[in-house]
Amino acid sequence: MIEFGGVVKRFGPKTVLDGFTLDVRDGETMVIIGFSGTGKSVALKHIVGLLEPDEGDVRVDGVVVHEADRHQLIEIRSRVGYVFQFAALFDSMTVGENVALGLRRQRLPHDEIQLRVAEALELVDLGGTENQWPAELSGGMRKRVGLARAVALRPRYILYDEPTTGLDPVTSAVIDALMVRAREHLGVTGIVVTHDMRSAYTVGDRIAMLFKGRVRQVGTVDEIRATDDPVVRQFIEGRPDDTNALAELM
Amino acid sequence: MSRPLVVVDPVAEPCEWGSACLLSSRAACSLALVQLALVSRAVGLVESVGRKGRFLGEVARAVPDVGTWAPRAIVQMRRLGADSVPVALYIAAFTGIVLALLASYTMTGAVPVYFVGTFVGKASMLELAPVLTGLALAGRIGANIAAELGTMRVTEQVDALETLAYNPVSFLVVPRVLAGLIMFPIVIALSAATSIVFAWFTALQLLDLSTPDFVKGIRLFYQTKDVWYGLVKAVSFGGAITLIGCFVGLSTRGGAEGVGRAATNAVVYSAVIILVLDAFWAVTLL
Repeated sequence: MIEFGGVVKRFGPKTVLDGFTLDVRDGETMVIIGFSGTGKSVALKHIVGLLEPDEGDVRVDGVVVHEADRHQLIEIRSRVGYVFQFAALFDSMTVGENVALGLRRQRLPHDEIQLRVAEALELVDLGGTENQWPAELSGGMRKRVGLARAVALRPRYILYDEPTTGLDPVTSAVIDALMVRAREHLGVTGIVVTHDMRSAYTVGDRIAMLFKGRVRQVGTVDEIRATDDPVVRQFIEGRPDDTNALAELM
Repeated sequence: MSRPLVVVDPVAEPCEWGSACLLSSRAACSLALVQLALVSRAVGLVESVGRKGRFLGEVARAVPDVGTWAPRAIVQMRRLGADSVPVALYIAAFTGIVLALLASYTMTGAVPVYFVGTFVGKASMLELAPVLTGLALAGRIGANIAAELGTMRVTEQVDALETLAYNPVSFLVVPRVLAGLIMFPIVIALSAATSIVFAWFTALQLLDLSTPDFVKGIRLFYQTKDVWYGLVKAVSFGGAITLIGCFVGLSTRGGAEGVGRAATNAVVYSAVIILVLDAFWAVTLL
Protein backbone atom coordinates (compact mmCIF):
# COMPACT_ATOMS: atom_id res chain seq x y z
CA MET A 1 0.00 0.00 0.00
CA ILE A 2 1.18 3.50 -0.82
CA GLU A 3 0.05 6.34 1.44
CA PHE A 4 0.53 10.08 1.03
CA GLY A 5 0.05 11.76 4.41
CA GLY A 6 -0.38 15.53 4.26
CA VAL A 7 2.54 16.02 1.88
CA VAL A 8 3.72 19.60 1.45
CA LYS A 9 6.36 20.35 -1.19
CA ARG A 10 7.69 23.79 -2.02
CA PHE A 11 10.05 24.90 -4.77
CA GLY A 12 11.29 28.31 -3.69
CA PRO A 13 8.27 30.52 -3.01
CA LYS A 14 5.88 28.21 -4.87
CA THR A 15 3.97 25.56 -2.92
CA VAL A 16 3.27 22.71 -5.33
CA LEU A 17 1.80 20.15 -2.93
CA ASP A 18 -0.12 21.58 -0.01
CA GLY A 19 -1.34 18.81 2.26
CA PHE A 20 -1.68 16.10 -0.39
CA THR A 21 -3.28 13.02 1.17
CA LEU A 22 -4.15 9.85 -0.76
CA ASP A 23 -4.15 6.09 -0.15
CA VAL A 24 -3.49 3.67 -3.00
CA ARG A 25 -4.78 0.19 -2.16
CA ASP A 26 -3.03 -3.00 -3.13
CA GLY A 27 -4.07 -4.35 -6.52
CA GLU A 28 -5.82 -1.24 -7.78
CA THR A 29 -4.83 1.23 -10.46
CA MET A 30 -5.13 4.78 -9.16
CA VAL A 31 -5.19 7.54 -11.76
CA ILE A 32 -4.13 11.01 -10.66
CA ILE A 33 -5.50 13.73 -12.93
CA GLY A 34 -5.08 17.48 -12.81
CA PHE A 35 -4.11 20.58 -14.73
CA SER A 36 -0.56 20.94 -16.02
CA GLY A 37 1.86 22.11 -13.34
CA THR A 38 -0.29 21.08 -10.39
CA GLY A 39 2.29 18.65 -9.00
CA LYS A 40 1.17 15.24 -10.26
CA SER A 41 4.68 14.14 -11.31
CA VAL A 42 6.11 15.73 -8.17
CA ALA A 43 3.82 13.52 -6.08
CA LEU A 44 4.98 10.44 -8.00
CA LYS A 45 8.67 11.22 -7.44
CA HIS A 46 8.13 11.22 -3.66
CA ILE A 47 7.25 7.52 -3.78
CA VAL A 48 10.73 6.46 -4.90
CA GLY A 49 12.60 9.10 -2.94
CA LEU A 50 13.58 11.27 -5.91
CA LEU A 51 12.08 14.16 -3.93
CA GLU A 52 11.60 14.60 -0.20
CA PRO A 53 8.55 16.29 1.30
CA ASP A 54 8.95 19.53 3.25
CA GLU A 55 6.11 18.36 5.52
CA GLY A 56 4.11 15.15 5.83
CA ASP A 57 5.29 11.77 4.60
CA VAL A 58 4.90 9.10 1.94
CA ARG A 59 4.76 5.47 3.08
CA VAL A 60 5.40 2.43 0.90
CA ASP A 61 4.32 -0.77 2.66
CA GLY A 62 4.47 1.15 5.93
CA VAL A 63 8.02 2.48 5.48
CA VAL A 64 8.38 6.27 5.48
CA VAL A 65 10.35 6.86 2.27
CA HIS A 66 12.23 10.02 3.23
CA GLU A 67 13.36 8.44 6.54
CA ALA A 68 14.58 5.23 4.87
CA ASP A 69 18.32 4.53 4.94
CA ARG A 70 20.18 3.63 1.74
CA HIS A 71 19.47 -0.09 2.11
CA GLN A 72 15.75 0.44 2.76
CA LEU A 73 15.54 2.84 -0.18
CA ILE A 74 17.06 0.23 -2.50
CA GLU A 75 14.50 -2.27 -1.14
CA ILE A 76 11.64 0.14 -1.88
CA ARG A 77 12.96 0.94 -5.36
CA SER A 78 13.33 -2.74 -6.19
CA ARG A 79 9.58 -3.09 -5.53
CA VAL A 80 8.61 -0.12 -7.68
CA GLY A 81 8.83 0.19 -11.47
CA TYR A 82 8.83 3.71 -12.87
CA VAL A 83 7.75 4.56 -16.42
CA PHE A 84 8.99 8.05 -17.25
CA GLN A 85 7.14 10.61 -19.34
CA PHE A 86 9.73 10.54 -22.13
CA ALA A 87 10.87 6.96 -21.36
CA ALA A 88 14.31 8.10 -20.08
CA LEU A 89 16.08 5.33 -21.96
CA PHE A 90 19.88 5.31 -21.82
CA ASP A 91 21.09 6.46 -25.24
CA SER A 92 24.40 4.64 -24.95
CA MET A 93 22.75 1.25 -24.38
CA THR A 94 20.74 -0.99 -26.69
CA VAL A 95 17.10 -1.78 -25.97
CA GLY A 96 18.10 -5.10 -24.41
CA GLU A 97 20.73 -3.48 -22.20
CA ASN A 98 18.22 -0.86 -21.08
CA VAL A 99 15.72 -3.49 -20.02
CA ALA A 100 18.43 -5.64 -18.40
CA LEU A 101 20.01 -2.82 -16.37
CA GLY A 102 17.74 -3.13 -13.34
CA LEU A 103 18.02 -6.92 -13.41
CA ARG A 104 21.84 -6.72 -13.39
CA ARG A 105 21.57 -4.63 -10.24
CA GLN A 106 19.68 -7.52 -8.64
CA ARG A 107 22.64 -9.76 -9.58
CA LEU A 108 20.49 -12.34 -11.35
CA PRO A 109 22.18 -15.06 -13.45
CA HIS A 110 22.89 -14.12 -17.07
CA ASP A 111 20.43 -16.66 -18.51
CA GLU A 112 17.64 -15.47 -16.25
CA ILE A 113 18.31 -11.86 -17.27
CA GLN A 114 18.11 -12.78 -20.96
CA LEU A 115 14.86 -14.65 -20.36
CA ARG A 116 13.25 -11.83 -18.43
CA VAL A 117 14.32 -9.24 -21.00
CA ALA A 118 12.78 -11.31 -23.80
CA GLU A 119 9.56 -11.82 -21.79
CA ALA A 120 9.23 -8.14 -20.95
CA LEU A 121 9.76 -7.08 -24.56
CA GLU A 122 7.23 -9.69 -25.72
CA LEU A 123 4.71 -8.31 -23.21
CA VAL A 124 4.91 -4.89 -24.90
CA ASP A 125 4.92 -6.43 -28.41
CA LEU A 126 8.55 -5.52 -29.06
CA GLY A 127 10.05 -9.00 -29.12
CA GLY A 128 13.32 -9.24 -31.06
CA THR A 129 14.29 -5.58 -30.67
CA GLU A 130 17.02 -6.25 -28.09
CA ASN A 131 19.84 -5.08 -30.34
CA GLN A 132 18.20 -1.87 -31.55
CA TRP A 133 19.24 1.54 -30.22
CA PRO A 134 16.79 3.94 -28.55
CA ALA A 135 17.52 6.54 -31.26
CA GLU A 136 16.11 4.14 -33.86
CA LEU A 137 12.72 3.88 -32.11
CA SER A 138 9.57 6.00 -32.42
CA GLY A 139 8.14 7.83 -29.40
CA GLY A 140 5.54 5.12 -28.82
CA MET A 141 8.11 2.34 -29.06
CA ARG A 142 10.39 4.15 -26.61
CA LYS A 143 7.54 4.35 -24.11
CA ARG A 144 6.89 0.64 -24.56
CA VAL A 145 10.56 -0.11 -23.90
CA GLY A 146 10.28 2.06 -20.79
CA LEU A 147 7.30 -0.05 -19.72
CA ALA A 148 9.24 -3.26 -20.47
CA ARG A 149 12.14 -2.00 -18.33
CA ALA A 150 9.71 -1.50 -15.45
CA VAL A 151 7.85 -4.82 -15.74
CA ALA A 152 11.07 -6.84 -16.21
CA LEU A 153 11.80 -6.17 -12.52
CA ARG A 154 8.51 -7.89 -11.64
CA PRO A 155 7.66 -5.03 -9.33
CA ARG A 156 4.84 -4.81 -6.84
CA TYR A 157 4.01 -1.27 -7.94
CA ILE A 158 4.32 0.51 -11.28
CA LEU A 159 4.26 4.30 -11.53
CA TYR A 160 3.33 5.76 -14.92
CA ASP A 161 4.22 9.42 -15.51
CA GLU A 162 2.00 10.68 -18.34
CA PRO A 163 2.36 7.48 -20.38
CA THR A 164 0.27 8.66 -23.35
CA THR A 165 1.36 12.30 -23.59
CA GLY A 166 2.52 13.22 -27.08
CA LEU A 167 1.26 10.04 -28.72
CA ASP A 168 -1.36 9.69 -31.45
CA PRO A 169 -4.76 8.25 -30.38
CA VAL A 170 -4.06 4.76 -31.70
CA THR A 171 -0.65 4.50 -30.03
CA SER A 172 -2.19 5.90 -26.84
CA ALA A 173 -4.79 3.12 -26.95
CA VAL A 174 -2.00 0.58 -27.41
CA ILE A 175 -0.18 1.93 -24.33
CA ASP A 176 -3.46 1.81 -22.35
CA ALA A 177 -3.96 -1.81 -23.38
CA LEU A 178 -0.39 -2.65 -22.34
CA MET A 179 -0.95 -1.07 -18.92
CA VAL A 180 -4.08 -3.17 -18.45
CA ARG A 181 -2.17 -6.25 -19.66
CA ALA A 182 0.67 -5.58 -17.21
CA ARG A 183 -1.82 -5.37 -14.35
CA GLU A 184 -3.60 -8.57 -15.37
CA HIS A 185 -0.39 -10.56 -16.00
CA LEU A 186 1.60 -9.33 -13.02
CA GLY A 187 -1.11 -8.26 -10.58
CA VAL A 188 0.69 -5.02 -9.85
CA THR A 189 -0.65 -1.94 -8.12
CA GLY A 190 -0.45 1.02 -10.46
CA ILE A 191 -0.42 4.79 -10.15
CA VAL A 192 -0.99 6.63 -13.41
CA VAL A 193 -0.44 10.37 -13.72
CA THR A 194 -2.23 11.75 -16.76
CA HIS A 195 -4.53 14.42 -18.14
CA ASP A 196 -5.76 12.10 -20.88
CA MET A 197 -9.30 11.29 -19.66
CA ARG A 198 -9.84 8.48 -22.17
CA SER A 199 -6.75 6.78 -20.80
CA ALA A 200 -7.87 7.47 -17.22
CA TYR A 201 -11.28 5.83 -17.79
CA THR A 202 -9.67 2.84 -19.55
CA VAL A 203 -6.96 1.92 -17.04
CA GLY A 204 -8.22 3.35 -13.75
CA ASP A 205 -10.06 1.67 -10.90
CA ARG A 206 -10.20 4.95 -9.01
CA ILE A 207 -9.43 8.50 -10.06
CA ALA A 208 -8.13 11.33 -7.86
CA MET A 209 -8.08 14.93 -9.02
CA LEU A 210 -5.17 17.03 -7.77
CA PHE A 211 -6.02 20.70 -7.49
CA LYS A 212 -4.23 23.51 -5.67
CA GLY A 213 -1.79 21.04 -4.14
CA ARG A 214 -4.34 18.67 -2.62
CA VAL A 215 -6.93 16.10 -3.65
CA ARG A 216 -10.07 17.83 -4.86
CA GLN A 217 -12.05 14.62 -5.31
CA VAL A 218 -11.31 10.90 -5.32
CA GLY A 219 -13.67 8.16 -6.44
CA THR A 220 -14.36 5.32 -8.80
CA VAL A 221 -14.49 5.98 -12.51
CA ASP A 222 -18.30 6.10 -12.38
CA GLU A 223 -18.28 8.49 -9.42
CA ILE A 224 -15.93 10.84 -11.20
CA ARG A 225 -17.96 10.67 -14.41
CA ALA A 226 -21.09 11.63 -12.42
CA THR A 227 -19.47 14.33 -10.28
CA ASP A 228 -21.13 17.70 -9.85
CA ASP A 229 -17.94 19.42 -8.66
CA PRO A 230 -17.50 22.31 -11.15
CA VAL A 231 -13.69 22.08 -11.25
CA VAL A 232 -13.65 18.33 -11.81
CA ARG A 233 -16.46 18.57 -14.36
CA GLN A 234 -14.67 21.24 -16.35
CA PHE A 235 -11.47 19.17 -16.35
CA ILE A 236 -13.00 15.86 -17.38
CA GLU A 237 -15.11 17.50 -20.06
CA GLY A 238 -12.21 19.65 -21.26
CA ARG A 239 -14.39 22.77 -21.39
CA PRO A 240 -12.52 26.03 -22.04
CA ASP A 241 -15.36 28.18 -20.58
CA ASP A 242 -15.30 29.82 -17.15
CA THR A 243 -11.54 30.23 -17.40
CA ASN A 244 -11.68 33.40 -15.33
CA ALA A 245 -13.60 31.70 -12.56
CA LEU A 246 -11.20 28.77 -12.69
CA ALA A 247 -8.18 31.03 -12.58
CA GLU A 248 -9.56 32.54 -9.38
CA LEU A 249 -9.97 29.08 -7.91
CA MET A 250 -6.39 28.15 -8.86
CA MET B 1 1.86 47.93 10.29
CA SER B 2 5.44 46.95 11.10
CA ARG B 3 8.20 49.32 10.03
CA PRO B 4 10.34 48.14 7.12
CA LEU B 5 14.06 47.65 7.53
CA VAL B 6 15.01 48.12 3.88
CA VAL B 7 14.03 50.72 1.35
CA VAL B 8 13.61 49.53 -2.22
CA ASP B 9 15.25 52.46 -4.03
CA PRO B 10 17.97 54.12 -1.97
CA VAL B 11 18.41 56.98 -4.44
CA ALA B 12 14.79 58.07 -4.52
CA GLU B 13 13.92 60.94 -2.24
CA PRO B 14 11.87 60.48 -0.16
CA CYS B 15 11.76 56.69 -0.09
CA GLU B 16 8.42 54.99 -0.62
CA TRP B 17 7.93 54.39 3.10
CA GLY B 18 8.41 58.07 3.90
CA SER B 19 8.31 58.75 7.62
CA ALA B 20 7.48 55.10 8.32
CA CYS B 21 11.04 54.05 7.41
CA LEU B 22 13.35 53.06 10.24
CA LEU B 23 16.35 54.46 8.38
CA SER B 24 16.72 58.18 8.70
CA SER B 25 18.73 59.08 5.62
CA ARG B 26 19.40 58.03 2.04
CA ALA B 27 22.97 57.16 3.03
CA ALA B 28 21.66 54.79 5.68
CA CYS B 29 19.35 53.23 3.09
CA SER B 30 22.26 52.71 0.69
CA LEU B 31 24.38 51.19 3.43
CA ALA B 32 21.57 48.84 4.43
CA LEU B 33 21.15 47.67 0.85
CA VAL B 34 24.88 47.08 0.45
CA GLN B 35 24.94 45.11 3.70
CA LEU B 36 21.95 43.06 2.57
CA ALA B 37 23.61 42.32 -0.77
CA LEU B 38 26.84 41.27 0.96
CA VAL B 39 25.00 38.98 3.36
CA SER B 40 23.07 37.48 0.45
CA ARG B 41 26.32 36.87 -1.49
CA ALA B 42 27.96 35.35 1.59
CA VAL B 43 25.02 33.00 2.16
CA GLY B 44 25.12 32.02 -1.53
CA LEU B 45 28.86 31.35 -1.30
CA VAL B 46 28.46 29.17 1.80
CA GLU B 47 25.64 27.23 0.12
CA SER B 48 27.77 26.74 -2.99
CA VAL B 49 30.74 25.48 -0.97
CA GLY B 50 28.39 23.21 0.98
CA ARG B 51 26.99 21.66 -2.22
CA LYS B 52 30.49 20.95 -3.55
CA GLY B 53 31.59 19.49 -0.20
CA ARG B 54 28.53 17.27 -0.10
CA PHE B 55 29.25 16.11 -3.66
CA LEU B 56 32.83 15.18 -2.72
CA GLY B 57 31.47 13.25 0.26
CA GLU B 58 29.07 11.35 -2.00
CA VAL B 59 31.94 10.46 -4.34
CA ALA B 60 34.01 9.15 -1.42
CA ARG B 61 31.06 7.09 -0.13
CA ALA B 62 30.47 5.63 -3.61
CA VAL B 63 34.00 4.23 -3.97
CA PRO B 64 33.25 0.94 -2.11
CA ASP B 65 30.44 0.21 -4.64
CA VAL B 66 33.02 -1.53 -6.87
CA GLY B 67 30.49 -3.74 -8.65
CA THR B 68 28.81 -0.68 -10.13
CA TRP B 69 31.77 1.45 -11.17
CA ALA B 70 34.42 -1.13 -12.12
CA PRO B 71 32.86 -2.31 -15.44
CA ARG B 72 32.39 1.30 -16.54
CA ALA B 73 35.85 2.53 -15.51
CA ILE B 74 37.56 0.65 -18.36
CA VAL B 75 35.24 2.25 -20.92
CA GLN B 76 35.91 5.70 -19.46
CA MET B 77 39.69 5.12 -19.47
CA ARG B 78 39.48 4.56 -23.20
CA ARG B 79 37.16 7.51 -23.83
CA LEU B 80 38.91 10.03 -21.57
CA GLY B 81 42.47 8.75 -21.88
CA ALA B 82 43.25 6.77 -25.02
CA ASP B 83 40.99 8.88 -27.23
CA SER B 84 42.72 12.06 -25.98
CA VAL B 85 46.21 10.93 -26.98
CA PRO B 86 46.14 12.29 -30.58
CA VAL B 87 45.15 15.81 -29.44
CA ALA B 88 47.73 15.77 -26.67
CA LEU B 89 50.54 14.58 -28.94
CA TYR B 90 49.67 17.13 -31.62
CA ILE B 91 50.00 19.96 -29.09
CA ALA B 92 53.17 18.48 -27.62
CA ALA B 93 54.88 18.13 -31.00
CA PHE B 94 54.51 21.79 -31.90
CA THR B 95 55.38 22.86 -28.36
CA GLY B 96 58.64 20.91 -28.65
CA ILE B 97 59.54 22.55 -31.95
CA VAL B 98 58.89 26.05 -30.61
CA LEU B 99 60.70 25.33 -27.34
CA ALA B 100 63.90 24.31 -29.15
CA LEU B 101 63.86 27.38 -31.35
CA LEU B 102 63.05 29.70 -28.44
CA ALA B 103 65.88 28.24 -26.36
CA SER B 104 68.34 28.65 -29.19
CA TYR B 105 67.21 32.23 -29.84
CA THR B 106 67.49 33.16 -26.15
CA MET B 107 70.86 31.56 -25.46
CA THR B 108 72.77 32.33 -28.62
CA GLY B 109 76.16 33.87 -27.77
CA ALA B 110 75.61 33.82 -24.02
CA VAL B 111 75.15 30.20 -22.96
CA PRO B 112 76.55 26.98 -24.47
CA VAL B 113 74.10 25.70 -27.07
CA TYR B 114 73.66 22.30 -25.40
CA PHE B 115 71.59 24.15 -22.78
CA VAL B 116 68.80 23.94 -25.37
CA GLY B 117 68.35 20.34 -24.17
CA THR B 118 68.26 21.47 -20.55
CA PHE B 119 65.67 24.15 -21.27
CA VAL B 120 63.50 21.84 -23.35
CA GLY B 121 63.63 18.99 -20.83
CA LYS B 122 62.84 21.12 -17.81
CA ALA B 123 60.12 23.20 -19.49
CA SER B 124 58.39 20.16 -21.00
CA MET B 125 58.40 17.93 -17.93
CA LEU B 126 57.77 20.56 -15.27
CA GLU B 127 55.35 22.94 -16.92
CA LEU B 128 54.36 22.93 -20.55
CA ALA B 129 53.35 19.29 -21.05
CA PRO B 130 51.16 19.17 -17.93
CA VAL B 131 49.59 22.62 -18.28
CA LEU B 132 49.06 22.81 -22.05
CA THR B 133 47.78 19.24 -22.20
CA GLY B 134 45.64 19.87 -19.12
CA LEU B 135 44.07 22.97 -20.67
CA ALA B 136 43.41 21.16 -23.95
CA LEU B 137 41.84 18.20 -22.17
CA ALA B 138 39.80 20.55 -19.99
CA GLY B 139 38.11 21.62 -23.19
CA ARG B 140 37.75 18.16 -24.64
CA ILE B 141 36.92 16.11 -21.54
CA GLY B 142 35.35 18.72 -19.27
CA ALA B 143 32.84 19.79 -21.91
CA ASN B 144 32.18 16.18 -22.93
CA ILE B 145 31.41 15.03 -19.39
CA ALA B 146 29.29 18.07 -18.51
CA ALA B 147 27.24 17.85 -21.72
CA GLU B 148 26.70 14.09 -21.43
CA LEU B 149 25.71 14.12 -17.77
CA GLY B 150 23.73 17.34 -18.24
CA THR B 151 21.70 15.73 -21.01
CA MET B 152 21.14 12.68 -18.83
CA ARG B 153 19.95 14.94 -16.03
CA VAL B 154 17.45 16.95 -18.08
CA THR B 155 16.07 13.85 -19.85
CA GLU B 156 15.50 12.09 -16.49
CA GLN B 157 18.06 9.36 -17.22
CA VAL B 158 19.74 10.11 -13.88
CA ASP B 159 16.37 9.75 -12.12
CA ALA B 160 15.83 6.49 -14.02
CA LEU B 161 19.15 5.16 -12.69
CA GLU B 162 18.00 5.91 -9.14
CA THR B 163 14.66 4.17 -9.64
CA LEU B 164 16.59 1.11 -10.86
CA ALA B 165 18.33 1.14 -7.44
CA TYR B 166 21.69 2.41 -8.75
CA ASN B 167 23.63 5.17 -7.07
CA PRO B 168 24.22 7.69 -9.92
CA VAL B 169 27.49 8.78 -8.33
CA SER B 170 28.81 5.19 -8.39
CA PHE B 171 27.51 4.66 -11.92
CA LEU B 172 28.47 7.96 -13.55
CA VAL B 173 30.98 9.90 -11.46
CA VAL B 174 33.42 7.41 -9.91
CA PRO B 175 34.37 5.71 -13.24
CA ARG B 176 35.10 9.09 -14.85
CA VAL B 177 37.11 10.43 -11.91
CA LEU B 178 39.15 7.24 -11.65
CA ALA B 179 39.77 7.30 -15.40
CA GLY B 180 40.97 10.90 -15.08
CA LEU B 181 43.27 10.11 -12.15
CA ILE B 182 44.81 7.11 -13.91
CA MET B 183 44.94 8.24 -17.54
CA PHE B 184 46.01 11.88 -17.20
CA PRO B 185 49.53 11.03 -15.96
CA ILE B 186 49.93 8.58 -18.84
CA VAL B 187 48.75 11.06 -21.47
CA ILE B 188 50.85 13.88 -20.01
CA ALA B 189 53.96 11.66 -19.79
CA LEU B 190 53.48 10.84 -23.48
CA SER B 191 53.11 14.55 -24.18
CA ALA B 192 56.34 15.41 -22.40
CA ALA B 193 58.21 12.66 -24.25
CA THR B 194 56.77 13.78 -27.59
CA SER B 195 57.68 17.39 -26.91
CA ILE B 196 61.30 16.42 -26.15
CA VAL B 197 61.55 14.16 -29.20
CA PHE B 198 60.29 16.89 -31.54
CA ALA B 199 62.61 19.44 -29.89
CA TRP B 200 65.53 17.07 -30.44
CA PHE B 201 64.52 16.59 -34.08
CA THR B 202 64.29 20.37 -34.53
CA ALA B 203 67.67 20.86 -32.90
CA LEU B 204 69.23 18.37 -35.28
CA GLN B 205 67.62 19.80 -38.40
CA LEU B 206 67.47 23.53 -37.76
CA LEU B 207 70.06 24.28 -35.06
CA ASP B 208 73.77 23.58 -34.99
CA LEU B 209 73.36 20.92 -32.30
CA SER B 210 74.30 17.23 -32.25
CA THR B 211 72.44 14.42 -30.53
CA PRO B 212 75.16 13.94 -27.85
CA ASP B 213 75.03 17.67 -27.02
CA PHE B 214 71.24 17.66 -26.82
CA VAL B 215 71.25 14.60 -24.52
CA LYS B 216 74.04 16.13 -22.46
CA GLY B 217 71.88 19.22 -21.96
CA ILE B 218 68.89 17.17 -20.87
CA ARG B 219 70.94 15.15 -18.37
CA LEU B 220 72.84 18.14 -17.01
CA PHE B 221 70.36 19.26 -14.37
CA TYR B 222 67.95 16.31 -14.55
CA GLN B 223 66.40 15.14 -11.27
CA THR B 224 63.81 12.42 -10.70
CA LYS B 225 61.70 15.16 -9.13
CA ASP B 226 61.26 16.60 -12.62
CA VAL B 227 59.24 13.51 -13.51
CA TRP B 228 57.17 13.01 -10.39
CA TYR B 229 56.45 16.72 -10.06
CA GLY B 230 54.88 16.68 -13.52
CA LEU B 231 52.97 13.50 -12.74
CA VAL B 232 51.62 14.88 -9.45
CA LYS B 233 50.29 17.86 -11.38
CA ALA B 234 48.81 15.53 -14.00
CA VAL B 235 46.95 13.48 -11.36
CA SER B 236 45.54 16.63 -9.76
CA PHE B 237 44.47 18.03 -13.14
CA GLY B 238 42.78 14.76 -14.07
CA GLY B 239 40.87 14.64 -10.81
CA ALA B 240 39.87 18.29 -10.97
CA ILE B 241 38.67 18.27 -14.59
CA THR B 242 36.56 15.12 -14.18
CA LEU B 243 35.10 16.17 -10.82
CA ILE B 244 34.17 19.60 -12.17
CA GLY B 245 32.65 18.11 -15.33
CA CYS B 246 30.57 15.64 -13.29
CA PHE B 247 29.45 18.21 -10.70
CA VAL B 248 28.46 20.80 -13.30
CA GLY B 249 26.78 18.15 -15.48
CA LEU B 250 24.70 16.66 -12.67
CA SER B 251 23.69 20.16 -11.52
CA THR B 252 22.28 21.02 -14.97
CA ARG B 253 18.82 22.54 -15.14
CA GLY B 254 16.75 23.91 -17.98
CA GLY B 255 16.95 21.80 -21.15
CA ALA B 256 19.24 22.41 -24.12
CA GLU B 257 20.23 25.89 -22.96
CA GLY B 258 21.18 24.50 -19.57
CA VAL B 259 23.30 21.77 -21.16
CA GLY B 260 25.16 24.35 -23.27
CA ARG B 261 25.76 26.50 -20.20
CA ALA B 262 27.00 23.47 -18.26
CA ALA B 263 29.53 22.58 -20.97
CA THR B 264 30.85 26.14 -21.08
CA ASN B 265 31.05 26.41 -17.30
CA ALA B 266 32.88 23.10 -17.02
CA VAL B 267 35.60 24.28 -19.42
CA VAL B 268 35.98 27.69 -17.78
CA TYR B 269 36.05 26.34 -14.21
CA SER B 270 38.49 23.57 -15.20
CA ALA B 271 40.87 26.03 -16.88
CA VAL B 272 40.81 28.30 -13.84
CA ILE B 273 41.41 25.41 -11.44
CA ILE B 274 44.29 24.08 -13.55
CA LEU B 275 46.09 27.41 -13.33
CA VAL B 276 45.42 27.66 -9.59
CA LEU B 277 46.68 24.10 -9.02
CA ASP B 278 49.73 24.83 -11.18
CA ALA B 279 50.64 27.74 -8.93
CA PHE B 280 49.82 25.73 -5.79
CA TRP B 281 52.17 22.87 -6.71
CA ALA B 282 54.91 25.32 -7.69
CA VAL B 283 54.69 27.02 -4.30
CA THR B 284 54.48 23.81 -2.28
CA LEU B 285 56.79 21.41 -4.14
CA LEU B 286 59.50 23.44 -5.91
